[in-house]
Amino acid sequence: MGMTMTQKILAAHAGLDHVEAGQLIEADLDMVLGNDITSPVAIHEIDKMKVDGVFDKDKIALVMDHFVPNKDIKSAEHVKEVREFACENCISHFYDVGQMGIEHALLPEKGLVVAGDVVIGADSHTCTYGALGAFSTGVGSTDMAAGMATGKAWFKVPQAIKINVTGKPAKYVSGKDVILHIIGEIGVDGALYQSMEFTGDGIANLSMDDRFTIANMAIEAGAKNGIFPVDDKAIDYMKSHGTREYKVYEADADAEYASELTVDLSTLKPTVSFPHLPENTHTVDEIDEIKIDQVVIGSCTNGRISDLAVAAEIMKGKKVADGIRVIIIPATQQIYLDAMEAGYLRTFVEAGAIVSTPTCGPCLGGYMGILAHGERCVSTTNRNFVGRMGDVTSEIYLASPAVAAASALTGFISDPERI
Amino acid sequence: MENAKGKVHKFGDNVDTDVIIPARYLNSSDPAELATHCMEDIDADFTKKVSAGDIMVATKNFGCGSSREHAPIAIKASGISCVIAETFARIFYRNAINIGLPIIECLEAAAAINEGDEVEVDFDSGKIYDITTGSEYQGQAFPPFMQELIDAGGLVNRINKNA
Repeated sequence: MGMTMTQKILAAHAGLDHVEAGQLIEADLDMVLGNDITSPVAIHEIDKMKVDGVFDKDKIALVMDHFVPNKDIKSAEHVKEVREFACENCISHFYDVGQMGIEHALLPEKGLVVAGDVVIGADSHTCTYGALGAFSTGVGSTDMAAGMATGKAWFKVPQAIKINVTGKPAKYVSGKDVILHIIGEIGVDGALYQSMEFTGDGIANLSMDDRFTIANMAIEAGAKNGIFPVDDKAIDYMKSHGTREYKVYEADADAEYASELTVDLSTLKPTVSFPHLPENTHTVDEIDEIKIDQVVIGSCTNGRISDLAVAAEIMKGKKVADGIRVIIIPATQQIYLDAMEAGYLRTFVEAGAIVSTPTCGPCLGGYMGILAHGERCVSTTNRNFVGRMGDVTSEIYLASPAVAAASALTGFISDPERI
Repeated sequence: MENAKGKVHKFGDNVDTDVIIPARYLNSSDPAELATHCMEDIDADFTKKVSAGDIMVATKNFGCGSSREHAPIAIKASGISCVIAETFARIFYRNAINIGLPIIECLEAAAAINEGDEVEVDFDSGKIYDITTGSEYQGQAFPPFMQELIDAGGLVNRINKNA
């Protein structure tokens, strides 16, 4: 029996010719990632291990992005601890204020992950790099510590769901709408313990930013990873962002899938996930007037340049509705510069939005946009769980940057086509 | 491995790691401090009700969302001796094993056991006894590899053993 794309990458990294779903393997790691919340716990664990330093100083990335610039003394102590660890171990890819960006936008931008890699990160959205044709998955801090110490991690080889992508999306249908639609179809545990393997001629109609968004939210269906075939767009992206050699793996024609799903991009509409689960999806055209208090455009899901471009296009020359707070967060310093040069930042500020330095802050209710009792937010982030962005009675509506920008102008959840 | 025995705290589907330990407390990594906020956003009185040895029971996809290891750490430090669920989200599953929080999957037990029941879990056999109702369930035993991890006392100790 043939192997899926994920199984082939895992087999190659375990030194095996063949693996099967359910098999436990130990795989070599090409990159181990942590942030300012998960790395301190990992450092405490590595201190307990009888190991002499890290396995490879060039294959570890420590990105200070969640509560940075530090929101309080405790956060500052955490980052200090990671900074000292990075210095002691000569970690090449330590990113602090000034260089840092949101980790899952930053690593591909810096060329630190490429097709064919096996990557673990102590952050659940590490699955983002599947857009490049890498196997990447989120783990906890102890796995991160073991990965930093040994360069290896254990995995149970996953089954896969095959997602056939066809058609061409309408103007305001983006990667966010594709993944919210899929989660709405299969549920928040619809891909539990499995890979989501994307295939089909519709993928050519998705930008790399769209694919990063889709792979990013595979975890919101419970998936171990989401992965895309490596086409010319992916190769161009990797070549323009780094020099590392990539390796292209393809699923065997006779690979076995647990289930299959077809997504016709031409039939999708802008989609919104209602509180308090990403699976509670509605298309924007069927939503009654829902008054909002805040809009957030950013995060590892939707803080890339094309996300800011579509938001700027919709907001250009217009004003944010009265009483709505709009927070826009370019995901990296490079995206910030690109948005500045393109004039997007001026558009946002003139419209009455604010533009923040890169941070995960509001997405996880850390800082920079916490919601009060009963407040509603349209957010381009990835989770709308109870209390995720603030008070337990607050509500998060997950949407694309286009829907978020349109909603910022009207003050209620809005269809960008009608602005 | 010793049996777990205690009073049940029951939860539903898709209990996410944000409600297990909200991110506003992730500026700490101290287990005792995290435990004081365990389950705060889903049951504000949880920390007042929980006693050492108690058991948590939930239905499907327990521990979904963020990879924060602070979640199983907070549950363990709050005194919970075992989590029984229909299914666990995969990162939570790994994290619980890695830090030595016993967890067990059992669809029937997760559905039938009620809040406040007295429950005992035999990890060697995978059997779950609801002492209050007199029912018995067969939970899913760990695969040998994970049993080895648990027997070693978590991932760090396993690495140290092989060092």
